[in-house]
Amino acid sequence: MLAPEKNWWKPMGRMEKSWLTVAFVWCVFLTVMMPLWYFYGKQNVPTETYKTSPADYGAKVNAFVEQYTIGEDTVNGVTLPVVAAPPGSDVYIRASTWQWYPILQLEKGEEYRLHISSLDLQHGFSLQPVNINLQVIPGYDYVATITPTSSGEFTIVCNEYCFVGHHTMVGKVIVTEEK
Amino acid sequence: MASLAPTTPWTAGAKDDYRDCPVTTLKVDMNTERLIIANAVMAVVTLALGGIAALLIALTRWQAIHLLPAVWFYRLLTLHGIDMLIAWIVFFEMAGLHFGSTILLNARHAAPKLAWTGFIMMTVGGLMANAVVLFDPNSNVMFSAYVPMKAHPLFYLSYILFAVGALITVITFFINIVVAKREGRFSGSLPLVVFGLMTAAILATYTLLEGAAAIVPAFFWSLGILKTYDPGIYRNFFWGFGHPAQQVNLAAMVSIWYALAQMTVGIRPVNEKFSRLAFILYLFFINLGSAHHLLVDPGLSFAWKAVNTSYAMYLAVLGSMMHAFSIPAALEIALRAKGYRKGLFGWLRNAPWGEPGFSALVLSMFLFGWIGGVTGVTIGTEQINMLVHNTLRLPGHFHATVVSGTTLAFMGFTYYVIPLIFRKELKLKSWAKWQPYIFGFGMLLTSMGMIVSGLQGVARRNWDITFAGVVPGTVEISLAVFGVGAILAVIGGIMYVTIVLTSILTGPRLEASNLLLLTGTHNPIIDSTKLTDHQMEDKQNQPKGALVLVFAFLVWFAIYYFTNWWLLGRTWFIR
Ligand code: HEM
Ligand SMILES: [Cu+2]
Ligand SMILES: [Cu+2]
Repeated sequence: MLAPEKNWWKPMGRMEKSWLTVAFVWCVFLTVMMPLWYFYGKQNVPTETYKTSPADYGAKVNAFVEQYTIGEDTVNGVTLPVVAAPPGSDVYIRASTWQWYPILQLEKGEEYRLHISSLDLQHGFSLQPVNINLQVIPGYDYVATITPTSSGEFTIVCNEYCFVGHHTMVGKVIVTEEK
Repeated sequence: MASLAPTTPWTAGAKDDYRDCPVTTLKVDMNTERLIIANAVMAVVTLALGGIAALLIALTRWQAIHLLPAVWFYRLLTLHGIDMLIAWIVFFEMAGLHFGSTILLNARHAAPKLAWTGFIMMTVGGLMANAVVLFDPNSNVMFSAYVPMKAHPLFYLSYILFAVGALITVITFFINIVVAKREGRFSGSLPLVVFGLMTAAILATYTLLEGAAAIVPAFFWSLGILKTYDPGIYRNFFWGFGHPAQQVNLAAMVSIWYALAQMTVGIRPVNEKFSRLAFILYLFFINLGSAHHLLVDPGLSFAWKAVNTSYAMYLAVLGSMMHAFSIPAALEIALRAKGYRKGLFGWLRNAPWGEPGFSALVLSMFLFGWIGGVTGVTIGTEQINMLVHNTLRLPGHFHATVVSGTTLAFMGFTYYVIPLIFRKELKLKSWAKWQPYIFGFGMLLTSMGMIVSGLQGVARRNWDITFAGVVPGTVEISLAVFGVGAILAVIGGIMYVTIVLTSILTGPRLEASNLLLLTGTHNPIIDSTKLTDHQMEDKQNQPKGALVLVFAFLVWFAIYYFTNWWLLGRTWFIR
């Protein structure tokens, strides 16, 4: 708290130097982990994004649902189409207050290009219990290339606050066993 | 040797309205004193408001109790974020800036009128924000107010008022330092504590300007003058303000750590260069930190995110890791020099644990580093963020940093401000002795409960998680831990507010006669000036214990960090 003399520029002690070195190496390591995982890891944050508009995106989702609907199912008492597109294709999810639309059916071990966008507010795509969380922003078509590695029924929770119905905004993804 | 005496003596006169502090022998400018009192009172008032909200929202998130209806939950959550993260912390920091730029430099307040203008704007802004959130049905938008969620125009206006007020106060900090230097009020370099506060002030300037870039357009957009406002751009600006704001808190907190260490144990910084370098790292490598909040946003490339988090962040992390050694080491040396030399940790056993400033310091450092810091770096890792974004793990992290860390350190510091600045006797001393432990332990449980719930996928800002129907039974347990911790922490908070209010509202004005509140009559600040270079370098006094502690910290850090990569490796493939 007190003003030191002018000559405080003193060499560091042995302990400071060793801690500084170790801490610095750790920080470099932390930095390197990210590019390493980027090239060798199987779970990376999607970056593919297209500018879109609520109207355009809504039209794409409708076309997609029309083409690939195979049945119906309910989420929290609301009936929604179940949509299954062939492996490798583009699949769409639409967020709007307070609904995830439609219900997707995927196949385990196959790759899909999953589009996510919002028609109104920001929402949070939180796939449970696999615990993958992505931000959903209106005007941005966010493309995640995903491969389910487990099967069963999964829930999409909205985890970005979107006014009072936020907690009711729940969706569903079904993953079938490999054929 | 550092000295307490000013080089330019004060002349009593119209300009120099001051008193001598009998405890520290420092000069206290009366304008500064009044400004500190005003800012500190507003800080405590907003903490109390935010604390009431804290209790109610915590009892709602504790699913077994689920107290509030949805609208009130979201409304009070918005209020909690604003009153705590913005009002309480910033008011307290403003008090700290007035203190550091005058009293610690033996200098006068050179711009009291400006400082009062800033204070009034902040007060009006802060109270207005509370009123708008409480009474406007559409302004429960959370403190982050993500566009295109639209609040009442007054909501944004209150932010602008508050921020401009804070900016004005920060400017008076710089004015004071320049004037003090010119008038030769202090000899040598800026004291380390002031140097740290200056780091905070520089960061704050930058931060507040970026805040204006986010909020001013939002204000015009809410008025309908601006037709559209790209939500991605808003996020970028908002966190360009919101994240560095946390580094302001960090730098301010570390400064307070150094101050508390000197006031309660009488430390001398082990190596001024080392500590100052650490502050400088904050200054240069934190600015790009907005990326932390945008790691799983669309539209940004891997390279942008990785560079902005790592280059910008890990050198700042290095700064924190340096302080993490330098403060315990200084404590160890000072205590060893007093003769507590037994074993590795004999000095710790003999530390003044009954002194609230000391217990607050140690708990704040421990919880900040071991929980807040470790979780922060981990979730700030680009890929790992996918497991964490907007889950309860996030509030779990920042309740360990800005609450267990910053808030607790500020609370401990307040107990000394009351006799020294308010010139009132500290009442309820035995409460003050226990308060840091109760608040710290409660917050430990709160943040652990949040972190463990978040690990299991529980979302943040969510009134009722049962809709999702995927909540494992173990979440009930972690939420109960969280709930019990929250109640304890609130009790700690109530104790703090009660101690402060009782002390300042009752009893006569009384010049302080003693620095320590509970553990003796010696004056650690004076002691610290007597620590010789010889003692600092004595083989017997070397901080071996502190070195062991930081290495243990590193091991824990690595375990937590790698566990998260392992968890990430188990989820679906995604790119
Ligand atoms: C008595 C102690 C406290 C308790 C029990 C508490 C509890 C909580 C709870 C339950 C939440 C809501 C989590 C969620 O649903 O997302 C929350 C959010 C938050 N708290 Fe606290 N809190 C306390 C003190 C503080 C303090 C002192 C600060 C700041 C210095 C703070 C800053 C925040 C912030 C910024 C949020 C996030 C608000 C948002 O998501 O918009 N809290 N707290
Ligand atoms: Cu939503
Ligand atoms: Cu939502």
